[in-house]
Order: sequence, then structure tokens, then C-alpha cells
Amino acid sequence: MGSVQVRNVKKVYQRDKQQIPVLDGISLDVAEGDFIALMGPSGSGKTTLLNLIGGIDQPTSGDVVVGGTSIGKLDGARLAKWRSRNIGFIFQLYNLIPVLTAQQNVELPLLLHKMSGKERRERAQKALGVVGLGDRVTHFPRQLSGGQEQRVAIARALVSDPEVLLADEPTGDLDRASGEEILGILGKLNSEYKKTVIMVTHDPHAAERAHRVLHLDKGVLSN
Amino acid sequence: MGVFSLILVNLFRNKRRTILTLLSVTVALFLFCALSGVIDTLNEAIHVGSETRMVVRNHMSLVFPIPLAMEQQLAAMPEVKSVAIQNWFGGQDPVNPHNFFPQFGVESETFFPMYAPDLDIIEASQPQGGVRAPDGMDPKLAAYMAEQDAAVVGSELMAKQGWKLGQTVTLNGTIYPGSWPFTIRAVYRSKVKAFNSQVFFFHYKYLYEKSEHQSQAGIYKVLLRDPSQAAEFARKVDAQYENSANPTHTETERAFAAGFISMYGNLPFVIRVIGLAVVFAILLIAANTMVMAVRERTSEVGVLKTLGFTDAMIFGMVLAEAAAITFTGGLIGALGAKKMVTGFSLGGLLPPMTVRWNTVWTGVVIAVLIGAVSGFIPAWQASRLRIVNALRRVD
Amino acid sequence: MAIPFSYNFRNVIQRPVATLTTAVGIALTVAILIGALALASGFQIALRQTGSPANAMATRKGADDELSSGVSRETSDILRARSDVAAGPDGRPLTSSDVVVLTYIPRLGQPGGSNVTIRGIDPSALALRSSVHIVSGRMFQPGAAEVIVGKRISTRFAGCRIGDKLRFRQEQFTVVGLFDADGSGFESEIWGDNAVLMPVFRGDVFQSVTFRMKDPSKFEAIKKELEADPRLGIQLKRESDYYAEQSALLAGVIRFAGVFITLIMAVGAIFGAMNTMYAAVGARTREIATLLVLGFSPFSIMVSFMTESVLLALCGGVIGCLLSLLINGIQTGTTNFQTFSEVAFSFQVTPQALVTGLIFSGMMGVVGGFLPAIRAANQPLARALRAL
Repeated sequence: MGSVQVRNVKKVYQRDKQQIPVLDGISLDVAEGDFIALMGPSGSGKTTLLNLIGGIDQPTSGDVVVGGTSIGKLDGARLAKWRSRNIGFIFQLYNLIPVLTAQQNVELPLLLHKMSGKERRERAQKALGVVGLGDRVTHFPRQLSGGQEQRVAIARALVSDPEVLLADEPTGDLDRASGEEILGILGKLNSEYKKTVIMVTHDPHAAERAHRVLHLDKGVLSN
Repeated sequence: MGVFSLILVNLFRNKRRTILTLLSVTVALFLFCALSGVIDTLNEAIHVGSETRMVVRNHMSLVFPIPLAMEQQLAAMPEVKSVAIQNWFGGQDPVNPHNFFPQFGVESETFFPMYAPDLDIIEASQPQGGVRAPDGMDPKLAAYMAEQDAAVVGSELMAKQGWKLGQTVTLNGTIYPGSWPFTIRAVYRSKVKAFNSQVFFFHYKYLYEKSEHQSQAGIYKVLLRDPSQAAEFARKVDAQYENSANPTHTETERAFAAGFISMYGNLPFVIRVIGLAVVFAILLIAANTMVMAVRERTSEVGVLKTLGFTDAMIFGMVLAEAAAITFTGGLIGALGAKKMVTGFSLGGLLPPMTVRWNTVWTGVVIAVLIGAVSGFIPAWQASRLRIVNALRRVD
Repeated sequence: MAIPFSYNFRNVIQRPVATLTTAVGIALTVAILIGALALASGFQIALRQTGSPANAMATRKGADDELSSGVSRETSDILRARSDVAAGPDGRPLTSSDVVVLTYIPRLGQPGGSNVTIRGIDPSALALRSSVHIVSGRMFQPGAAEVIVGKRISTRFAGCRIGDKLRFRQEQFTVVGLFDADGSGFESEIWGDNAVLMPVFRGDVFQSVTFRMKDPSKFEAIKKELEADPRLGIQLKRESDYYAEQSALLAGVIRFAGVFITLIMAVGAIFGAMNTMYAAVGARTREIATLLVLGFSPFSIMVSFMTESVLLALCGGVIGCLLSLLINGIQTGTTNFQTFSEVAFSFQVTPQALVTGLIFSGMMGVVGGFLPAIRAANQPLARALRAL
């Protein structure tokens, strides 16, 4: 269910009249429940690869199959729906909605599923419990520390119970201690909750938490 | 928290901006509904006035009188129930020369019974020596009928001028020169929209006597037995006097009143143009606000789409946000117009204003449309935003 | 140290959409203000130009207007014989004893009608009122049942073209010519021979007697003398003053209504301007912090944003002025309730109106920019620096 296959994917960006190739025929296999780290210099396309796996972007050619579904074939609305059920995204800058409380931020994805307000609240509380933030639920993001914000973001990524978690430099903006906590949570989600985790990072220390480390350079993958 | 609260939260994100936009919509809709009220009032004024009572005037214009002899001839016609002379006096109150109010010398014996359904005598002096009013008239008019220089004054006029029942007031005649003392013997209140409570009535006989029998009739008010005969009656009278020294123009009281309104000329058109300008200006302001609001939230739109919100949902949410602001603002403005403008009459120059419920709802609908149109472009832009571009704009 | 003006100017240009939408809102407000002023001015100018300060006009003492005035033949003869009356090119005194009535004529292209002034004049009236010129057809023959019609009446009312017959009482009068009068109120009148019209209308009194003064500077003396004479029973005004007074009430009402509407609209437009300025301040937190660090005082920041707001508003004001020029010269007409007769006139966008509009837009900019400017100036430096 949570397996990922990337087949000969190319991605070319068009800026004005220029063609900028970012990925040049990448192939990748991630088994269900695996934890891999993607490393590489900036501009190497690792975020792009992550976006393709998460269905946020479409490949120029090639195919992406997640959990058996070929997402390259899905159109806008169906892709969105698929994403809401199957992917949890965690960003470097958390990307929480500043005008919503922590609780409300975590409930947000559940608006896309059929459930009552009560159920939404319970699920959100549960997710916040998993990341260890049961007591800060009514605070706004600006009242939280960076580490706490990221934990809320992880809870949000979790709340609709996706099979795959994608993390783009999750500790990039955090101090050492908070970063350790976050990596610990990601590890727990992988080992206890069997989530497939693909993490982009430039920090070798963070990469150690993963089962496998892949290097991406100039659009080419290597071990 | 539901989708609805998400929209609400976005509205309160920048309270000041939301409130300012809302207030400008309120102001615009207030103005729009008030102006529509003026048009409605003018239109309604064309439809007030009796269709049973006819007005006979000189064909040339109101400036020319008609002979007194005509009265007998009119009264003798089978369609006619009663005839009353009504003369515009055109006097001035020397105490307040700039306070304009209409004064009419009327043939009281027939005039007041004719107008009994339209006005109530609310105050009257006691008659001297047990004198009674003639049959067919409000008995409270006894004192008025007994004195030649008596006057019946509208309640609003009494208040405006600060007069009291029984007071003697002197007017300077302009058409009929000289000083004219009157004693106020009764106060009336109008029951219909056709005329207000600011008129000063007195006996035509007073005019006749004091002008040494020189004055003629200004217009005749004629009460028909059967209102359906109005058109035929008008034709008959005008044909009869066609070739006399004083050809007539006969029409219903309603048509007569409408003639006055038409003298305003193109006013409704001008007002509509102003209304459109107001709506357009606000449309731009609201659109600008929405564009600013959405631009600030580009990365959030990216996040929502990442979470799985579809383009269509984003479109709808932005549009709903715009419509919510304008709907609320419009509702307040329209209701405000209805509350505050109703009854306003520019010091007697216009008929008292009405703002119909119809206008209020139209105003609200327009407000919502403004929201939809102004929100369209930012909604469209937000829905078309590629996630990667949206997220890239993170500061 | 003041922040250079080019900073504000460039910022305004860099946000074309926001600038334009706010400016248009202000523009429309200003346009409506100028439109109302133009309507009132057009009306007043039309009336004010009617009549000349060199002409003296006698009406009955106490009469507000010609309609309620009556001047006897004897009085008319006495006035015409005076030595201070100028003589025309033919040697005869330059006077006109006028019979004035109203007739109700249906409008062209609109329902209803209005009262139009008919003036029975002396044949020398054309020389007396030098602004009047026959533009088509000819002058009426003295003694004939003929009239000339003011240009504006013939285009706006039914049955007033050359060759049409107008019915007064039992008489038919043929329209033989059209005249204009420099845009003044006379263009809204119909003129005929007073000798022919008098018996048709009123019998034996005139409504006014007008004469050209040999020496217009002697007006006050002439007035004093004539008004003191009990035989005459008249009051004397300069012809131009009489007509100017006739316009006062309606012009005042139009101005009042126009200003009232404009003020309300301005409130809405100011809210829009405030929004735009608040957004500008919000977006430029970092810039403001930089300026503060560089050494510009909070006061200069405030002045800078106020300047920007006023600049924005003036753009709107200029657009509004241009918009209002579109209606300049458009002809319209209404009933002057003071005289109860129709007056045709055109919108006149005067330089004063344009200046008023611009000043008003500037004021809107000041009011709208004030609070946002204060906010910009009051940003605590530390907080602003954190954004750096």
C-alpha cells in the first residue's frame, strides 16, 4: 500500500523562453514501510522529486506509482482527492495557517472527509497526542516555538492516516534539540506506525535516522 | 470547525481591512437605496391623487384664471356632484419670508366636503353663539365657516411656523397685493399621500370681497358622481369651451399632479447615472481588497491544495469570502437607507420619501453581485495557482 | 531629512492595479461633485447672463417676479419718456414694456411638459437686449399674429418649429423665427408683439418695463428717485440682478443635494483609500525599518506616506476632472420653481469647480492616508528590524 515506484521520470521547467531540466530520467523503488533520506546539493532536484511523489507536481515524462496508483494519470480534482487520503506532507517552514489554532490546523485536512465535527476533533486530538502536544492545542502558531510548530505540522500530516509521509528538510529551521525530537517522531511513525517516510535533507546527521540514503546530483540518483 | 468557519476565519484575519471594505459597501448601498427611493417616490407621486376629482384649468396655463360663470355651467352638468373654486394665493409670511408654504382660497362649502375622505380636522376653535357648520361638512369647521377671514392650516405647518389655534397671522399678498390678516380656526391632518399637512386654506369669498369682486377662479375642482366617466367628462368640458374666450384643459387630479412631477424633467435619469457610478466605484474598491487579501495568502493556498483541497473548492471559498463581506455591508446599508431616508422631504420641496422593501432586496442582491464580480479574478487566480509556485513564494 | 518624493512616486506606479482601482473610486466621487457644481453653475450662468447691468427693470413694488407684477400703461409711458433713458439707433427710446405669461407645452421625447415663458415685447426690445439674435427665419412683423421662439425651446418642446402654429386662448400664432441669446435664460422664452399679445392675455397691465440707462453708473440715483414716487408704485433692479436672483433657490438646492451625495460617496472612497494605504504600509515593513535605520525620523516616514496617499488621491482627482469634462456643455432643462417656468441650460464645468474637485480629492487623500501613515511612523524599530 505504501510503496513508491518512480519510473524514468524527467522534469523540465519552463521559465519564460528557457527550458530548465531538473530531473533527467530518475527511477526509484521504495518498499512499503521503508524510511529513506534524499540528499544532494541545492538545486539538485530533490524537492522536485519529492513533489512528484506527493502529486504536487506532474512529471514531464515517465511515471510515478504510489500504493499501486499511477498518479501521473490522475487529473486535478482526482489527484487532490488522492492526495488527501494517501500523502502527508511536512515542510521546512511548517506552513501552518497562522489564523487557525493548532487544533484547527490539524483538523483542516479532515474537512475533506465525511465526518462530524466531533469526530474531527477527536481524530485531531489523537494525532496531536502522537506527537506529544496534547496541551497546546488552542494556541496559535505564532505562540509556539519552531519545534512545536513542526510537531503540529506532523500531526496535520498524520491526521487522515496516509500511508506515505514526505518531509522536505523537516529540521532545516530548527535548533539541534528540537531537530532531534522531530527526527525521533518521524522514526517512531516509521517503526511503530509502519508509515513509509521519504525525507529530503542536507544534514548527514538527520540522514542517519533513515534505513537508506540516496544522493541526487544534477538530476541523477546514486546510492 | 467547518468550511464555513474557515471562510469566517479568513475574513477576520485582517479585521481592519474587512471592516473598511464592508463599510464602503455599506455607504455605497445606502446611497444607492436612498437614490432609488427618490426615484420611487417621484414615480409614486405620479400615481397619487384622486381619479374621481377633476381639475379644470385655463388651457394656456395655470397663470390664467377662468370665469366665475363657468361654475354654474359645470355644476349643472349631470355627471357632476359638486364644484369648488380653488385659487393659488401666493402670499408670504413677513415674519419668515423664506419659509415657503402653499396657500389656497377655496370655496369652502363644496371644497371641504369634497376632501372629507382625505383629511381630518384634528383641532378647531369653538364656534361663537352656538353656530353650526352646514350639512355635509365636519361639524368642527363651524367656527371656520362663520368667519370670513378664517383659515384651516395643516398640522405640520402649524408646528413649522410656531402658530397656535386662534392666532391671527398676516400674510403679504404678491399676486393679490396688500396685507391679509387671517385667523386660524382649525387644524387638519392629511390622510393620504396626495397632499401633505403643510397647506394653508381660507375662504375664496375673502379674496373675492377684498379684491372688490375682481378676482376670478384659479381652477375648479370637480367631484364626479361616477369616476368611470372621467375621460368622457374631460373631453366634453374642453370641447364645450374650445372656442370661447377661455378654452379649458380638464384632467383628473392624478394627471394634474403628475404634470407637476414631470416638470422636474430628467431627474430620474440623472439619479440612475449617479447610482451606477456609486456601484461601479465600490465594485472596484471591493475587488482591490479581495486581490490584496488573496495575494497575501498565496502560500496558504498552496498548503490547502497540498492537503487535497481542489481548485474548485479554493475558487468557491474566495468567492464566498468576497460575497460575505459585500452581503453584510450591503444589508446594513440598504436597511439603513430604509430606516433613515423614509419620511425625509427636503423641507417640503419633495414629497415625503419612501424606500420600498423591493429596493432594499434589490440593493442586497446588487451587493452580493458586487462581491461575486469583485471576487472573481482573485478567486480564479487562486484556483489556477500551481502548488509548487504557491509554496515557492514563502518568505 | 525628508524622504525623497521619487520614493513615493515610484511606489505608486509600481502597484498599478491597486493605484488604479483606488484612484477610480476617488475619481468617480470627484466627478459627481463637479457634475453637481456644473449643473448648478450652468443654471446660474444661464440666468445670470440673461439681462444686462446697463438695463434697468421696473416691476410692481413688492413683486417677487414678473408673473406677480403689474405695471400700468401710465407708468410705462412715464418711464419711457425719461431723459435718462438711452436712445436706440433709430432715435427712439431703448425700452420694452413686457407682458409676461406662462403657457404649458408638452415636452419632446419625454412624458409631460412644462410651463414656458411667453413675453410680449416692444419692437425695440431686440436692440435693448443685445445678446439676442435671430438665427433662422425672421423677426415677427409688428401687429401680426407671429412669434419667435428661443432656440432651446424649439428643440425641447413640441410644436415650436418654424411654420408651426401655437395656440394662445382663441388665437393662433405662427412661429416665424428662432433666436439665441448667448446661452442665457431668454433662449427658453417665446417672444411676440406686446400690442398683439396684451389683449390676448391680460388686458391692460404690463408685467415689467425695462430701459437702457444712458449712464449705467447712475443706477442707484435713478432707483432712489423712481421708488420714492408714489404715482408709480414700482421697484427698480438692474436687469441682470433680477435674473440672478431668480436662480438663487434652485441653484442652492442643486448644490446642496450634490454636495450631500458626494460627501457620502467620499466616505466610501476614503475607506478604499485607507485599505490601499494600510496594505502598502504592511507590505513595506522592511523598507520602513531600513529607512529608520538609515536615520530618517518617524515623522518623515509619516509625511512620506501621507504624501503618497495624497498623490494617489490626486491621480483620482485628475481622472475625475477629465470625466466631468465629458458632460460639459450637455444641454438640459428644468422648471425653476421660483418663477414656475422652464429654463433650459447646459452643464458648465467652471475652473472653480475643477479646482474644488482637485482640492476635495486631495483632502480625501489626507483623511484616508492619515491613520495608515501614523501606523507606519509608529513601528517600533526593534520589531521592524526583526523583520529584516
